[in-house]
Amino acid sequence: MFTYLFFLYCAVMIVGTGLLAITMRNPVHAVLMVLVLFFHMAGLYLILGAEFLAAVQIIVYAGAILVLYLFVLFLVSLRDEVKMDRFVTSAWLGRIISVGLGVSLIAMLPTFVLGQKGHWPMAEVIKATHTKALGMEMYTSYILPFEIAGLILLIAVIGGLVLAKHDTPTTIEKS
Amino acid sequence: MHVLILFIEILILFAIIMLHVAYATYFERKIIGHMQVRMGPMRVGWHGLLQPIADGIKSFFKEDVVPEQADVVTFRAAPIICLTAMLTSLAVIPFAKGWVLANINVGLLFIFAMSSLASYGVILAGWASNSKYTFLGGLRSMAQVISYEVAMGLSLVGVMMLSGTLNLTKIVEAQGGSFGGMYIFPQIIAFFVFFIAMLAETNRVPFDLPEAETELVSGYCTEYSGMRYAIFFMAEYIGMMVMSSIGTICFLGGWNGPFEVTIFPPFWFVVKVYAFMFVFIWIRATLPRYRYDQLMSIGWKVLIPLALGNIVLTGFIKAFTG
Repeated sequence: MFTYLFFLYCAVMIVGTGLLAITMRNPVHAVLMVLVLFFHMAGLYLILGAEFLAAVQIIVYAGAILVLYLFVLFLVSLRDEVKMDRFVTSAWLGRIISVGLGVSLIAMLPTFVLGQKGHWPMAEVIKATHTKALGMEMYTSYILPFEIAGLILLIAVIGGLVLAKHDTPTTIEKS
Repeated sequence: MHVLILFIEILILFAIIMLHVAYATYFERKIIGHMQVRMGPMRVGWHGLLQPIADGIKSFFKEDVVPEQADVVTFRAAPIICLTAMLTSLAVIPFAKGWVLANINVGLLFIFAMSSLASYGVILAGWASNSKYTFLGGLRSMAQVISYEVAMGLSLVGVMMLSGTLNLTKIVEAQGGSFGGMYIFPQIIAFFVFFIAMLAETNRVPFDLPEAETELVSGYCTEYSGMRYAIFFMAEYIGMMVMSSIGTICFLGGWNGPFEVTIFPPFWFVVKVYAFMFVFIWIRATLPRYRYDQLMSIGWKVLIPLALGNIVLTGFIKAFTG
């Protein structure tokens, strides 16, 4: 019962803050709404017994990525509203498209099927602690995808370094 | 019934921590005073013992000024975010065997999560005040906290590997009651990295650039007054206590000591935390402030490689010795 209520609360908050995040005029407030959203997503993970994922969700998304977003917002523009040209010029066309999208998404819901039961039912995960369960699976069954993901991230890091380092010698020469 | 007991426990912990925070400021002023051949607070009560109470009452009844151009909601919320995040992390700290509000399996990660949330308070305070000093203070704090959080997290990975758990109570138990069992010995590199990152995370000297008074007036909390300013202060001191507790739990063997104090089980824990606090204050009275680029290069070029090296080293030793 409590879990159900907690889930409802989290779900309502996620949808609500998600809507607020895209409708608020001040970009910093929008980022704050996303922060609240991430916390409730961590709450959902907790319901599923995925405590490690919940903590990492807050540390990585709320603690690092959103702070970087804030950094960019602060350094680019401060309090001004961001104004852009409309992507779809007619308002009614936009409404029709969004309603169509919504209807097709809801129509797809019945095709949703539950996945197969894995080796780790809830009781097992709680017994072994989620951190251990996740580590065991990741470093044994899914070691190859894990390493590939690591490699892709490494490529991104090197790419970032190359881009950031690109201009430094010439600017020093000029000055 | 269970909820009620928990609620009472929370209240007791809150009251005790708030008293500790008040007297930590007294502790700091006295120690710095004596280190600089002054007396420190002397007027209110015997040797100034009532000074923290007087300060608290004063700041509580002062006017709460909100700047005209400030973003009011964010401005008001920022100190509360800071304090709440810091107080929440107290819930998972084991003060003695069984003396913990929430004995969760990811205690260490929870504390990281909460300390990263506390940095939002500082950032938002800096932004919402709409003043260049606070804004620069906020930006500095943001960059500093992100950089040093990485180093701090990595430095504690060694401890996690040795103890095989993230549960703070189990980390203390894994160290055993003996002197040689403390993780400060096998994890001396990690302790070094952790200690420096701890100073930077709590915005203390020599890394107090977010509130460098010589250049930024008072940094991110320049525009705050009265109770809200005091809340930032409290959050900073609770942050110091939480970090000291983490250091005590992960490296100094938590509540274990040379002999057991049966009347007051957290005795050794409190002694160790206050030893940490003393070092914090000692450093403040001794060292000058780092320059900002020095701060960044220490974090990224020294501490993070050291912490990564420590992880590899610990992994090798653990793999070969079992």
